[in-house]
Amino acid sequence: MVEPVLRLANLHKKFGALVVTDDVTLEVLPGELHAVIGPNGAGKTTLINQMSGLLTSDSGTISFGGRDITPAPMHARAALGLARSFQITSILPRFSALENVALAVQARIGSSFRCFGRAADEAALNEPALAALADVGLAERAHANAATLSHGEKRALELAIALAMQPKLLLLDEPMAGTGREEGARLVGVLQRLKGRFPVVLVEHDMTAVFALADRISVLIYGRILASGKPADVRADPRVVAAYLGDEME
Amino acid sequence: MVQVSSASTAPTPAQARGTLAAEALPLGIFLVLAVLPLVALSMGGSYLVSLGARVMIFAIAAVALDLLVGYGGLISFGHAAFIGLGAYAVGILAAHGIGDALIALPAALALSALYAFLTGIVCLRTSGVYFIMITLAFGQMAFFTATSLAPYGGDDGLTIAARSTFAGLALIKNERAFYYLVFACLLGSYLFCRALVVSRFGRVLRGAKDNPLRMAAIGFNVYRFQLAAYVIAGTLGGLSGFLLANATEFVSPAYMSWQRSGELIVMVLLGGLGTLNGAIIGTAAYLLTEEWLSGFTENWKVIFGPVLVLVVLFARGGLIGLWSELQRRLRGG
Repeated sequence: MVEPVLRLANLHKKFGALVVTDDVTLEVLPGELHAVIGPNGAGKTTLINQMSGLLTSDSGTISFGGRDITPAPMHARAALGLARSFQITSILPRFSALENVALAVQARIGSSFRCFGRAADEAALNEPALAALADVGLAERAHANAATLSHGEKRALELAIALAMQPKLLLLDEPMAGTGREEGARLVGVLQRLKGRFPVVLVEHDMTAVFALADRISVLIYGRILASGKPADVRADPRVVAAYLGDEME
Repeated sequence: MVQVSSASTAPTPAQARGTLAAEALPLGIFLVLAVLPLVALSMGGSYLVSLGARVMIFAIAAVALDLLVGYGGLISFGHAAFIGLGAYAVGILAAHGIGDALIALPAALALSALYAFLTGIVCLRTSGVYFIMITLAFGQMAFFTATSLAPYGGDDGLTIAARSTFAGLALIKNERAFYYLVFACLLGSYLFCRALVVSRFGRVLRGAKDNPLRMAAIGFNVYRFQLAAYVIAGTLGGLSGFLLANATEFVSPAYMSWQRSGELIVMVLLGGLGTLNGAIIGTAAYLLTEEWLSGFTENWKVIFGPVLVLVVLFARGGLIGLWSELQRRLRGG
């Protein structure tokens, strides 16, 4: 039995009377790319938010690397190596692409209370940052202001920020959202290359991307896990086809 | 790796020219401030010297406030409280016969730092309008506490018998000597804040202003950094208060009224947010305009108000923004 990297046990979350996460138990194994799919409103983003600590859960536990992180806030989980991207791009618009990533490096290596010396000139921060930018194909745009990047470049930048954290687990909330066909394909290529470096939880609507990338898939419907398993099994599961994939695969 | 080296961080010639132009302004400011007493005293007046000192004293507090507002996005509406605390530390100690700066200055700094720390713990749990309101509330709390200090003058304030001595020596009794002490304090505060905003610490502070969610997602507990910035700004406010008490040889609750806090915000906005230079220029512009207009009429605020509205409306980057826009147009032909 392999020890899971992330384990959600009987997780619940309600918004008022609306149950958005309903007794979710899920394991992410080392090295795997675990996709979470489901129709709009199934609670996928809520689940990612619970994993990353942006939302607290009503009940249930979350353990990460064998450690109970249920009460830990987002920054503490991030410091443990839990990186995430957001469905709506979240970058620092007034910073350069390089600085966006260098800040993630800085968060990882510490000493952020240092008050002297120009952070922007520190090779110890910039070199790993440039490497992460190169990983996602953004090296030439390093000095561009983040606000001026194209939508697809911003999505790639978010990925570079996560990479610079040297994550032990990466949570990707619809990384392909809003990108064109070409940019989307480029991002799939990047994810394909990164796969295996660290486990990934991928929430995505683009089924072509999901089936191209995922090692395992969990299907979320109305906050419940309907099915979980290898892509071929999930695709063949009649309940999944009836509830979700039937429409998507047409 | 070829890509990596081509995107190295060496400044281009254009950037180097930009740096020189950027340095011209602070150099100019401090040069003018440095020679002011020589010129003023040769013309036989000490009025300009004390006015200059007054401008620089408030500029210290404004620079500190710019650190919070311009770089941290923390609109503190209670910054005058720190000036008041620094001033009262001097006044109260003097009332007990302790007139030495070696005690009064550390006391002023420690008191304002402590107040910033304790109130910051609470204030920084909030953000946006709530942060403005709660800093205002703590500012008013300090104000009303001062008015109720009956043994130290209450509403009327407290006269200080003499300027602080340094190890018993009356070093700043002389107007010019005091001016240069203030000058050194402003220069030190300015250089310190400048180093701070580009440091690792400053980058976290600026990042938290830009997108606190992203900062938390990469592992920063931004609260701790904001609290540290709040304490630093509060301590510099205390320094300003120490100097103000010595400049006027008088302490009053009015030093920490909410109007004063508002004026400090206006000074920073007027000069240009998030530039530090702007805070100094804004303070000078505000206080000199006030001085000049109040020479014409008692109701100078009727004139000054609309001018401020115009500046905010048409010069978004404050006077600094106006200046660089002007430069750009001239260069662009």
